[in-house]
Amino acid sequence: MNSEKNKPVLELKNLHKSFGDNHVLKGFNLKLFKGENLVVMGKSGSGKSVMVKCLVGLIQPDSGSITIKDEDIIKMGHKELDILRTEIGFLFQGSALYDSMTVRENLEFPLRRHKDKIENFQGTEILVKEALENVGLADAIDLMPAELSGGMQRRVALARALILKPKIIMYDEPTTGLDPITAKEIILLMRNIQKKYNTSSLIITHDVDCARVISNRMILLVDGINYAEGTFQELSNSKDPQVQAFFKN
Amino acid sequence: MLVNIIFGLSFSFMNSSNTILTRTKSFFAEIGDMTLFAGRFFREVFSPPFEFKELLRQCYNMGNRSLLLVGVTGFILGLVFTLQSRPTLLQFGAQSWMASMVSLSIVREIGPVVIALICAGRIGSGIGAELGSMRVTEQIDAMEVSGTNPFKYLVVTRIVATTLMLPLLIIMGDAIALLGSALIENLKGDVSFLLYFNQVFDALKFSDIIPATVKSVFFGFAIGLVGCYKGYYCSKGTVGVGEASNSAVVYISMLLFVIDFIAVFVTDIFF
Repeated sequence: MNSEKNKPVLELKNLHKSFGDNHVLKGFNLKLFKGENLVVMGKSGSGKSVMVKCLVGLIQPDSGSITIKDEDIIKMGHKELDILRTEIGFLFQGSALYDSMTVRENLEFPLRRHKDKIENFQGTEILVKEALENVGLADAIDLMPAELSGGMQRRVALARALILKPKIIMYDEPTTGLDPITAKEIILLMRNIQKKYNTSSLIITHDVDCARVISNRMILLVDGINYAEGTFQELSNSKDPQVQAFFKN
Repeated sequence: MLVNIIFGLSFSFMNSSNTILTRTKSFFAEIGDMTLFAGRFFREVFSPPFEFKELLRQCYNMGNRSLLLVGVTGFILGLVFTLQSRPTLLQFGAQSWMASMVSLSIVREIGPVVIALICAGRIGSGIGAELGSMRVTEQIDAMEVSGTNPFKYLVVTRIVATTLMLPLLIIMGDAIALLGSALIENLKGDVSFLLYFNQVFDALKFSDIIPATVKSVFFGFAIGLVGCYKGYYCSKGTVGVGEASNSAVVYISMLLFVIDFIAVFVTDIFF
Protein backbone atom coordinates (compact mmCIF):
# COMPACT_ATOMS: atom_id res chain seq x y z
CA MET A 1 0.00 0.00 0.00
CA ASN A 2 1.36 3.44 -0.80
CA SER A 3 1.30 6.29 1.74
CA GLU A 4 -1.64 8.04 0.03
CA LYS A 5 -3.76 4.92 0.37
CA ASN A 6 -2.70 4.52 4.01
CA LYS A 7 -3.88 8.02 4.79
CA PRO A 8 -7.42 8.00 6.18
CA VAL A 9 -10.03 10.22 4.50
CA LEU A 10 -11.83 10.38 7.81
CA GLU A 11 -10.40 9.99 11.28
CA LEU A 12 -11.99 10.13 14.65
CA LYS A 13 -9.82 10.23 17.78
CA ASN A 14 -10.84 9.69 21.37
CA LEU A 15 -14.43 10.89 20.90
CA HIS A 16 -16.49 11.51 24.03
CA LYS A 17 -20.15 12.44 24.19
CA SER A 18 -22.53 12.51 27.13
CA PHE A 19 -26.20 13.39 27.48
CA GLY A 20 -26.61 14.34 31.14
CA ASP A 21 -25.39 11.36 33.15
CA ASN A 22 -25.52 9.06 30.14
CA HIS A 23 -21.94 8.77 28.86
CA VAL A 24 -22.59 7.42 25.35
CA LEU A 25 -19.17 7.61 23.70
CA LYS A 26 -16.15 7.01 25.94
CA GLY A 27 -13.16 7.58 23.71
CA PHE A 28 -14.23 6.07 20.40
CA ASN A 29 -11.64 5.90 17.58
CA LEU A 30 -12.14 5.27 13.89
CA LYS A 31 -10.22 5.54 10.62
CA LEU A 32 -11.86 5.31 7.19
CA PHE A 33 -9.58 4.78 4.19
CA LYS A 34 -10.15 5.68 0.55
CA GLY A 35 -12.47 3.29 -1.29
CA GLU A 36 -13.15 1.29 1.86
CA ASN A 37 -16.47 0.04 3.25
CA LEU A 38 -16.21 0.28 7.02
CA VAL A 39 -19.06 -1.12 9.08
CA VAL A 40 -19.62 0.05 12.66
CA MET A 41 -21.80 -2.43 14.48
CA GLY A 42 -23.37 -2.10 17.88
CA LYS A 43 -26.53 -2.79 19.82
CA SER A 44 -29.47 -0.40 19.66
CA GLY A 45 -28.75 2.59 21.88
CA SER A 46 -25.00 1.95 21.87
CA GLY A 47 -24.28 5.39 20.40
CA LYS A 48 -23.75 4.52 16.72
CA SER A 49 -26.09 7.21 15.44
CA VAL A 50 -24.67 9.74 17.92
CA MET A 51 -21.18 8.97 16.61
CA VAL A 52 -22.16 9.40 12.96
CA LYS A 53 -24.05 12.62 13.73
CA CYS A 54 -20.92 13.96 15.43
CA LEU A 55 -19.06 13.17 12.21
CA VAL A 56 -21.26 15.47 10.11
CA GLY A 57 -21.49 18.19 12.73
CA LEU A 58 -25.12 17.61 13.72
CA ILE A 59 -24.06 16.89 17.31
CA GLN A 60 -21.15 18.61 19.01
CA PRO A 61 -18.91 16.08 20.83
CA ASP A 62 -17.70 16.85 24.37
CA SER A 63 -14.08 16.12 23.47
CA GLY A 64 -11.92 14.41 20.87
CA SER A 65 -11.09 15.25 17.29
CA ILE A 66 -12.81 14.57 13.95
CA THR A 67 -10.64 14.98 10.87
CA ILE A 68 -12.12 14.82 7.39
CA LYS A 69 -9.74 15.39 4.49
CA ASP A 70 -7.09 16.74 6.89
CA GLU A 71 -9.42 19.32 8.43
CA ASP A 72 -10.70 19.23 11.99
CA ILE A 73 -14.44 19.74 11.61
CA ILE A 74 -14.95 20.61 15.29
CA LYS A 75 -12.96 23.83 14.81
CA MET A 76 -14.74 24.71 11.56
CA GLY A 77 -17.17 27.60 11.15
CA HIS A 78 -20.64 27.07 9.68
CA LYS A 79 -19.67 28.16 6.17
CA GLU A 80 -16.59 25.93 5.92
CA LEU A 81 -18.59 23.03 7.34
CA ASP A 82 -21.34 23.55 4.75
CA ILE A 83 -18.74 23.41 1.97
CA LEU A 84 -17.20 20.24 3.40
CA ARG A 85 -20.63 18.66 3.76
CA THR A 86 -21.11 18.78 0.00
CA GLU A 87 -18.38 16.13 -0.20
CA ILE A 88 -20.20 13.86 2.23
CA GLY A 89 -23.36 11.95 1.43
CA PHE A 90 -25.56 10.93 4.34
CA LEU A 91 -28.34 8.37 4.26
CA PHE A 92 -30.65 8.82 7.24
CA GLN A 93 -32.23 5.96 9.15
CA GLY A 94 -35.76 7.11 8.23
CA SER A 95 -34.78 8.37 4.74
CA ALA A 96 -35.63 11.98 5.77
CA LEU A 97 -37.06 12.94 2.38
CA TYR A 98 -38.61 16.42 2.26
CA ASP A 99 -42.26 15.43 2.27
CA SER A 100 -43.55 18.71 0.84
CA MET A 101 -41.45 18.20 -2.30
CA THR A 102 -41.63 15.71 -5.17
CA VAL A 103 -38.83 13.19 -5.75
CA ARG A 104 -37.42 15.50 -8.45
CA GLU A 105 -37.44 18.50 -6.08
CA ASN A 106 -35.83 16.42 -3.31
CA LEU A 107 -32.94 15.61 -5.62
CA GLU A 108 -32.73 19.11 -7.05
CA PHE A 109 -32.57 20.68 -3.59
CA PRO A 110 -28.83 20.08 -2.90
CA LEU A 111 -28.01 20.49 -6.60
CA ARG A 112 -29.43 23.98 -6.96
CA ARG A 113 -27.35 25.18 -4.04
CA HIS A 114 -24.07 23.52 -4.92
CA LYS A 115 -24.04 23.06 -8.70
CA ASP A 116 -20.59 24.69 -8.75
CA LYS A 117 -19.35 21.48 -7.10
CA ILE A 118 -20.25 19.39 -10.15
CA GLU A 119 -17.70 19.10 -12.95
CA ASN A 120 -19.15 19.81 -16.42
CA PHE A 121 -22.54 20.79 -14.99
CA GLN A 122 -25.14 20.33 -17.74
CA GLY A 123 -28.30 21.12 -15.83
CA THR A 124 -30.15 19.55 -12.97
CA GLU A 125 -32.45 17.40 -15.14
CA ILE A 126 -29.65 15.16 -16.46
CA LEU A 127 -28.15 14.64 -12.99
CA VAL A 128 -31.50 13.94 -11.35
CA LYS A 129 -32.36 11.34 -13.99
CA GLU A 130 -28.91 9.76 -13.72
CA ALA A 131 -29.18 9.53 -9.92
CA LEU A 132 -32.64 7.97 -10.13
CA GLU A 133 -31.53 5.49 -12.81
CA ASN A 134 -28.66 4.47 -10.52
CA VAL A 135 -31.20 3.41 -7.90
CA GLY A 136 -33.68 2.00 -10.42
CA LEU A 137 -36.42 4.57 -9.83
CA ALA A 138 -36.45 6.69 -12.97
CA ASP A 139 -40.25 6.39 -13.18
CA ALA A 140 -40.82 7.83 -9.70
CA ILE A 141 -39.45 11.26 -10.58
CA ASP A 142 -42.73 13.17 -10.18
CA LEU A 143 -44.14 11.25 -7.21
CA MET A 144 -44.40 12.60 -3.68
CA PRO A 145 -42.46 10.75 -0.90
CA ALA A 146 -45.78 9.70 0.68
CA GLU A 147 -46.62 7.79 -2.51
CA LEU A 148 -43.47 5.63 -2.24
CA SER A 149 -42.93 2.43 -0.28
CA GLY A 150 -40.30 2.28 2.49
CA GLY A 151 -37.76 0.63 0.19
CA MET A 152 -38.39 3.16 -2.59
CA GLN A 153 -38.01 6.03 -0.13
CA ARG A 154 -34.66 4.60 0.98
CA ARG A 155 -33.55 4.38 -2.68
CA VAL A 156 -34.57 7.98 -3.37
CA ALA A 157 -32.73 9.06 -0.21
CA LEU A 158 -29.68 7.19 -1.50
CA ALA A 159 -30.00 8.95 -4.87
CA ARG A 160 -30.20 12.29 -3.06
CA ALA A 161 -27.13 11.45 -0.96
CA LEU A 162 -25.21 10.63 -4.16
CA ILE A 163 -26.30 13.49 -6.36
CA LEU A 164 -23.38 15.79 -5.50
CA LYS A 165 -20.99 12.89 -6.21
CA PRO A 166 -19.60 12.79 -2.66
CA LYS A 167 -16.26 11.22 -1.82
CA ILE A 168 -17.53 9.81 1.47
CA ILE A 169 -20.96 8.29 2.13
CA MET A 170 -22.34 7.59 5.59
CA TYR A 171 -25.23 5.21 6.01
CA ASP A 172 -27.16 5.30 9.28
CA GLU A 173 -28.94 1.95 9.62
CA PRO A 174 -29.64 1.61 5.87
CA THR A 175 -31.72 -1.58 6.17
CA THR A 176 -33.68 -0.85 9.36
CA GLY A 177 -37.44 -1.19 8.95
CA LEU A 178 -37.22 -2.95 5.57
CA ASP A 179 -38.28 -6.49 4.72
CA PRO A 180 -35.38 -8.96 4.08
CA ILE A 181 -35.74 -8.84 0.28
CA THR A 182 -35.82 -5.06 0.04
CA ALA A 183 -32.98 -4.87 2.59
CA LYS A 184 -30.87 -7.15 0.36
CA GLU A 185 -31.66 -4.96 -2.68
CA ILE A 186 -30.52 -1.86 -0.80
CA ILE A 187 -27.29 -3.58 0.32
CA LEU A 188 -26.48 -4.64 -3.26
CA LEU A 189 -27.27 -1.14 -4.46
CA MET A 190 -24.87 0.31 -1.89
CA ARG A 191 -22.16 -2.10 -3.03
CA ASN A 192 -22.69 -1.26 -6.71
CA ILE A 193 -22.58 2.46 -6.01
CA GLN A 194 -19.36 2.07 -4.07
CA LYS A 195 -17.81 0.19 -6.99
CA LYS A 196 -19.09 2.65 -9.59
CA TYR A 197 -17.97 5.86 -7.86
CA ASN A 198 -15.12 4.46 -5.72
CA THR A 199 -16.49 6.19 -2.64
CA SER A 200 -15.43 5.56 0.94
CA SER A 201 -18.40 4.33 2.94
CA LEU A 202 -19.10 4.29 6.64
CA ILE A 203 -22.04 2.02 7.41
CA ILE A 204 -23.72 2.07 10.80
CA THR A 205 -25.80 -1.02 11.30
CA HIS A 206 -26.82 -3.88 13.53
CA ASP A 207 -27.77 -6.01 10.52
CA VAL A 208 -25.29 -8.93 10.29
CA ASP A 209 -26.29 -9.74 6.68
CA CYS A 210 -25.61 -6.18 5.66
CA ALA A 211 -22.18 -6.28 7.36
CA ARG A 212 -21.32 -9.64 5.76
CA VAL A 213 -22.11 -8.51 2.21
CA ILE A 214 -20.70 -5.02 2.27
CA SER A 215 -17.89 -4.68 4.80
CA ASN A 216 -14.17 -4.62 4.09
CA ARG A 217 -13.53 -4.00 7.76
CA MET A 218 -15.68 -3.83 10.89
CA ILE A 219 -15.62 -2.12 14.27
CA LEU A 220 -17.79 -3.28 17.15
CA LEU A 221 -18.98 -0.41 19.31
CA VAL A 222 -19.68 -1.65 22.83
CA ASP A 223 -20.08 0.55 25.90
CA GLY A 224 -18.90 3.62 23.99
CA ILE A 225 -15.53 2.21 22.87
CA ASN A 226 -14.07 0.15 20.00
CA TYR A 227 -14.56 -3.25 21.56
CA ALA A 228 -13.24 -5.24 18.59
CA GLU A 229 -11.99 -4.56 15.10
CA GLY A 230 -11.28 -6.74 12.05
CA THR A 231 -12.81 -8.25 8.93
CA PHE A 232 -16.23 -9.90 9.04
CA GLN A 233 -14.53 -13.30 8.89
CA GLU A 234 -12.22 -12.53 11.82
CA LEU A 235 -14.94 -11.15 14.04
CA SER A 236 -17.52 -13.81 13.25
CA ASN A 237 -14.95 -16.48 14.20
CA SER A 238 -13.98 -14.69 17.40
CA LYS A 239 -14.23 -16.67 20.66
CA ASP A 240 -15.11 -13.57 22.69
CA PRO A 241 -18.71 -14.04 23.96
CA GLN A 242 -19.49 -10.30 23.58
CA VAL A 243 -18.38 -10.41 19.94
CA GLN A 244 -20.10 -13.74 19.32
CA ALA A 245 -23.38 -12.27 20.60
CA PHE A 246 -23.54 -10.06 17.49
CA PHE A 247 -23.25 -12.96 15.07
CA LYS A 248 -25.56 -15.50 16.70
CA ASN A 249 -28.99 -15.87 15.10
CA MET B 1 -54.71 14.08 64.29
CA LEU B 2 -54.42 17.89 64.08
CA VAL B 3 -50.65 17.61 63.75
CA ASN B 4 -51.13 15.20 60.83
CA ILE B 5 -53.48 17.62 59.08
CA ILE B 6 -51.05 20.52 59.59
CA PHE B 7 -48.15 18.41 58.27
CA GLY B 8 -50.24 17.27 55.31
CA LEU B 9 -51.31 20.81 54.45
CA SER B 10 -47.81 22.25 54.74
CA PHE B 11 -46.41 19.38 52.65
CA SER B 12 -48.93 19.92 49.85
CA PHE B 13 -48.34 23.71 50.06
CA MET B 14 -44.58 23.18 49.67
CA ASN B 15 -45.18 20.76 46.81
CA SER B 16 -47.43 23.12 44.91
CA SER B 17 -45.14 26.13 45.51
CA ASN B 18 -42.22 24.05 44.17
CA THR B 19 -44.26 23.19 41.07
CA ILE B 20 -45.18 26.85 40.54
CA LEU B 21 -41.52 27.85 40.98
CA THR B 22 -40.34 25.22 38.48
CA ARG B 23 -42.98 26.21 35.93
CA THR B 24 -42.19 29.91 36.33
CA LYS B 25 -38.49 29.18 35.87
CA SER B 26 -39.07 27.12 32.73
CA PHE B 27 -41.46 29.79 31.38
CA PHE B 28 -38.82 32.51 31.72
CA ALA B 29 -36.11 30.18 30.37
CA GLU B 30 -38.31 29.66 27.31
CA ILE B 31 -38.83 33.41 26.90
CA GLY B 32 -35.03 33.78 27.05
CA ASP B 33 -34.53 31.08 24.41
CA MET B 34 -37.15 32.70 22.22
CA THR B 35 -35.33 36.04 22.50
CA LEU B 36 -32.08 34.37 21.41
CA PHE B 37 -34.00 32.75 18.53
CA ALA B 38 -35.28 36.21 17.51
CA GLY B 39 -31.71 37.54 17.74
CA ARG B 40 -30.52 34.79 15.40
CA PHE B 41 -33.34 35.68 13.01
CA PHE B 42 -32.18 39.33 12.82
CA ARG B 43 -28.57 38.21 12.27
CA GLU B 44 -29.52 35.86 9.44
CA VAL B 45 -32.26 37.85 7.70
CA PHE B 46 -29.84 40.47 6.34
CA SER B 47 -27.01 38.12 5.37
CA PRO B 48 -26.83 36.28 2.00
CA PRO B 49 -27.78 33.88 0.50
CA PHE B 50 -31.40 35.07 0.34
CA GLU B 51 -34.06 32.44 -0.25
CA PHE B 52 -36.42 34.57 -2.38
CA LYS B 53 -38.11 31.64 -4.10
CA GLU B 54 -38.99 29.97 -0.80
CA LEU B 55 -40.09 33.33 0.64
CA LEU B 56 -42.52 33.83 -2.26
CA ARG B 57 -43.82 30.28 -1.82
CA GLN B 58 -44.42 30.88 1.88
CA CYS B 59 -46.11 34.25 1.22
CA TYR B 60 -48.39 32.54 -1.29
CA ASN B 61 -49.14 29.65 1.07
CA MET B 62 -49.87 31.82 4.08
CA GLY B 63 -51.65 34.63 2.27
CA ASN B 64 -53.63 32.79 -0.35
CA ARG B 65 -54.65 29.87 1.83
CA SER B 66 -55.88 32.16 4.62
CA LEU B 67 -58.01 34.37 2.35
CA LEU B 68 -61.25 32.42 2.74
CA LEU B 69 -60.94 32.03 6.51
CA VAL B 70 -60.05 35.68 7.06
CA GLY B 71 -62.74 36.82 4.62
CA VAL B 72 -65.53 34.79 6.26
CA THR B 73 -64.38 35.78 9.77
CA GLY B 74 -64.22 39.46 8.81
CA PHE B 75 -67.63 39.41 7.12
CA ILE B 76 -69.34 37.74 10.10
CA LEU B 77 -67.52 40.07 12.49
CA GLY B 78 -68.96 43.09 10.63
CA LEU B 79 -72.44 41.59 10.50
CA VAL B 80 -72.58 40.61 14.18
CA PHE B 81 -70.97 43.80 15.45
CA THR B 82 -73.49 45.96 13.56
CA LEU B 83 -76.48 43.81 14.52
CA GLN B 84 -75.51 43.92 18.20
CA SER B 85 -74.83 47.67 18.23
CA ARG B 86 -77.93 48.80 16.31
CA PRO B 87 -80.54 48.51 19.09
CA THR B 88 -78.40 50.47 21.57
CA LEU B 89 -77.62 53.25 19.09
CA LEU B 90 -81.31 53.40 18.06
CA GLN B 91 -82.29 53.88 21.71
CA PHE B 92 -80.16 57.03 21.82
CA GLY B 93 -81.14 58.16 18.33
CA ALA B 94 -77.50 57.84 17.31
CA GLN B 95 -78.01 55.55 14.33
CA SER B 96 -76.06 57.90 12.07
CA TRP B 97 -72.96 57.23 14.16
CA MET B 98 -73.02 53.57 13.26
CA ALA B 99 -70.57 53.76 10.35
CA SER B 100 -67.98 55.79 12.22
CA MET B 101 -68.29 53.71 15.41
CA VAL B 102 -68.00 50.37 13.61
CA SER B 103 -65.16 51.49 11.34
CA LEU B 104 -63.09 52.93 14.18
CA SER B 105 -63.61 49.84 16.35
CA ILE B 106 -62.83 47.42 13.57
CA VAL B 107 -59.85 49.19 12.06
CA ARG B 108 -58.24 50.22 15.34
CA GLU B 109 -58.79 47.18 17.51
CA ILE B 110 -61.22 44.36 16.82
CA GLY B 111 -60.22 43.62 13.24
CA PRO B 112 -56.45 43.27 13.83
CA VAL B 113 -56.84 41.31 17.08
CA VAL B 114 -59.52 38.88 15.86
CA ILE B 115 -57.83 38.25 12.51
CA ALA B 116 -54.43 37.83 14.19
CA LEU B 117 -55.96 35.30 16.59
CA ILE B 118 -57.52 33.44 13.66
CA CYS B 119 -54.14 33.44 11.90
CA ALA B 120 -52.45 32.24 15.10
CA GLY B 121 -54.60 29.13 14.84
CA ARG B 122 -54.34 28.78 11.07
CA ILE B 123 -50.74 29.83 10.36
CA GLY B 124 -48.94 29.63 13.74
CA SER B 125 -50.04 26.10 14.54
CA GLY B 126 -49.39 25.08 10.93
CA ILE B 127 -45.80 26.30 11.10
CA GLY B 128 -45.31 24.62 14.50
CA ALA B 129 -46.62 21.30 13.21
CA GLU B 130 -44.78 21.45 9.89
CA LEU B 131 -41.37 22.32 11.32
CA GLY B 132 -41.98 19.96 14.25
CA SER B 133 -42.62 17.02 11.96
CA MET B 134 -39.61 18.00 9.84
CA ARG B 135 -37.50 17.96 13.01
CA VAL B 136 -38.67 14.56 14.27
CA THR B 137 -38.33 12.92 10.84
CA GLU B 138 -34.77 14.33 10.53
CA GLN B 139 -35.65 16.46 7.48
CA ILE B 140 -34.06 19.51 9.13
CA ASP B 141 -30.90 17.49 9.81
CA ALA B 142 -30.94 16.28 6.19
CA MET B 143 -31.09 19.89 5.02
CA GLU B 144 -28.16 20.82 7.25
CA VAL B 145 -26.10 17.84 6.08
CA SER B 146 -26.74 18.79 2.44
CA GLY B 147 -24.95 22.09 3.08
CA THR B 148 -28.07 24.27 3.37
CA ASN B 149 -28.68 26.48 6.38
CA PRO B 150 -32.10 25.22 7.58
CA PHE B 151 -32.62 28.26 9.80
CA LYS B 152 -32.36 30.56 6.81
CA TYR B 153 -34.40 28.35 4.50
CA LEU B 154 -37.18 27.37 6.91
CA VAL B 155 -37.29 29.93 9.73
CA VAL B 156 -36.24 33.23 8.15
CA THR B 157 -38.54 32.78 5.15
CA ARG B 158 -41.55 31.90 7.31
CA ILE B 159 -41.08 34.76 9.76
CA VAL B 160 -40.63 37.28 6.94
CA ALA B 161 -43.67 35.84 5.15
CA THR B 162 -45.96 36.14 8.19
CA THR B 163 -44.64 39.65 8.88
CA LEU B 164 -45.45 40.72 5.32
CA MET B 165 -48.72 38.83 4.89
CA LEU B 166 -50.50 39.54 8.16
CA PRO B 167 -50.94 43.31 7.60
CA LEU B 168 -52.36 42.54 4.14
CA LEU B 169 -54.73 39.92 5.54
CA ILE B 170 -55.82 42.30 8.28
CA ILE B 171 -56.47 45.14 5.83
CA MET B 172 -58.50 42.77 3.68
CA GLY B 173 -60.36 41.39 6.72
CA ASP B 174 -61.16 44.92 7.94
CA ALA B 175 -62.51 45.89 4.51
CA ILE B 176 -64.74 42.79 4.36
CA ALA B 177 -65.95 43.41 7.94
CA LEU B 178 -66.98 46.94 6.91
CA LEU B 179 -68.74 45.47 3.88
CA GLY B 180 -70.69 43.15 6.21
CA SER B 181 -71.59 46.08 8.42
CA ALA B 182 -72.69 48.12 5.39
CA LEU B 183 -74.88 45.23 4.25
CA ILE B 184 -76.76 45.18 7.59
CA GLU B 185 -77.14 48.95 7.58
CA ASN B 186 -78.43 48.75 4.01
CA LEU B 187 -80.93 46.00 4.78
CA LYS B 188 -82.12 47.23 8.18
CA GLY B 189 -81.51 50.95 8.11
CA ASP B 190 -81.98 51.88 4.45
CA VAL B 191 -78.49 53.36 4.34
CA SER B 192 -76.93 53.13 0.88
CA PHE B 193 -73.48 51.55 0.47
CA LEU B 194 -72.18 54.85 -0.91
CA LEU B 195 -73.41 56.85 2.09
CA TYR B 196 -72.13 54.23 4.52
CA PHE B 197 -68.62 54.18 3.03
CA ASN B 198 -68.59 57.99 2.81
CA GLN B 199 -69.23 58.07 6.54
CA VAL B 200 -66.55 55.43 7.10
CA PHE B 201 -63.89 57.38 5.21
CA ASP B 202 -64.94 60.59 6.95
CA ALA B 203 -64.46 58.96 10.33
CA LEU B 204 -61.16 57.21 9.62
CA LYS B 205 -57.92 59.15 9.80
CA PHE B 206 -54.35 58.13 9.08
CA SER B 207 -53.77 58.23 12.82
CA ASP B 208 -56.23 55.31 13.06
CA ILE B 209 -54.90 53.29 10.14
CA ILE B 210 -51.13 53.66 10.59
CA PRO B 211 -50.85 52.46 14.22
CA ALA B 212 -53.16 49.52 13.41
CA THR B 213 -51.04 48.55 10.41
CA VAL B 214 -47.79 48.86 12.39
CA LYS B 215 -49.36 46.74 15.12
CA SER B 216 -50.33 44.07 12.60
CA VAL B 217 -46.71 43.90 11.38
CA PHE B 218 -45.71 42.98 14.96
CA PHE B 219 -48.59 40.50 15.16
CA GLY B 220 -47.28 38.81 12.00
CA PHE B 221 -43.75 38.72 13.36
CA ALA B 222 -44.96 37.18 16.64
CA ILE B 223 -46.95 34.47 14.82
CA GLY B 224 -43.99 33.53 12.65
CA LEU B 225 -41.44 33.70 15.44
CA VAL B 226 -43.30 31.59 18.01
CA GLY B 227 -44.57 29.06 15.43
CA CYS B 228 -41.04 28.58 14.07
CA TYR B 229 -39.43 28.45 17.53
CA LYS B 230 -41.84 25.79 18.77
CA GLY B 231 -41.50 23.68 15.63
CA TYR B 232 -37.75 24.08 15.17
CA TYR B 233 -36.96 22.86 18.68
CA CYS B 234 -39.64 20.19 18.78
CA SER B 235 -38.67 16.87 20.37
CA LYS B 236 -40.32 13.74 21.75
CA GLY B 237 -41.59 12.35 18.43
CA THR B 238 -45.15 12.73 17.23
CA VAL B 239 -46.35 13.73 20.71
CA GLY B 240 -43.86 16.60 20.52
CA VAL B 241 -45.32 17.72 17.18
CA GLY B 242 -48.78 17.99 18.74
CA GLU B 243 -47.35 19.85 21.72
CA ALA B 244 -45.39 22.21 19.46
CA SER B 245 -48.47 23.04 17.45
CA ASN B 246 -50.67 23.47 20.53
CA SER B 247 -48.24 25.50 22.60
CA ALA B 248 -47.45 27.70 19.58
CA VAL B 249 -51.10 28.81 19.51
CA VAL B 250 -51.18 29.38 23.29
CA TYR B 251 -47.97 31.45 23.33
CA ILE B 252 -48.92 33.42 20.22
CA SER B 253 -52.36 34.27 21.65
CA MET B 254 -50.80 35.56 24.88
CA LEU B 255 -48.14 37.47 22.98
CA LEU B 256 -50.75 39.07 20.70
CA PHE B 257 -52.57 40.57 23.68
CA VAL B 258 -49.30 41.82 25.19
CA ILE B 259 -48.32 43.42 21.85
CA ASP B 260 -51.83 44.86 21.54
CA PHE B 261 -51.61 46.43 25.00
CA ILE B 262 -48.19 47.96 24.26
CA ALA B 263 -49.41 49.21 20.88
CA VAL B 264 -52.50 50.86 22.39
CA PHE B 265 -50.37 52.39 25.13
CA VAL B 266 -47.83 53.82 22.65
CA THR B 267 -50.58 55.01 20.27
CA ASP B 268 -52.25 56.78 23.17
CA ILE B 269 -49.04 58.70 23.84
CA PHE B 270 -48.19 59.67 20.25
CA PHE B 271 -51.57 60.02 18.49
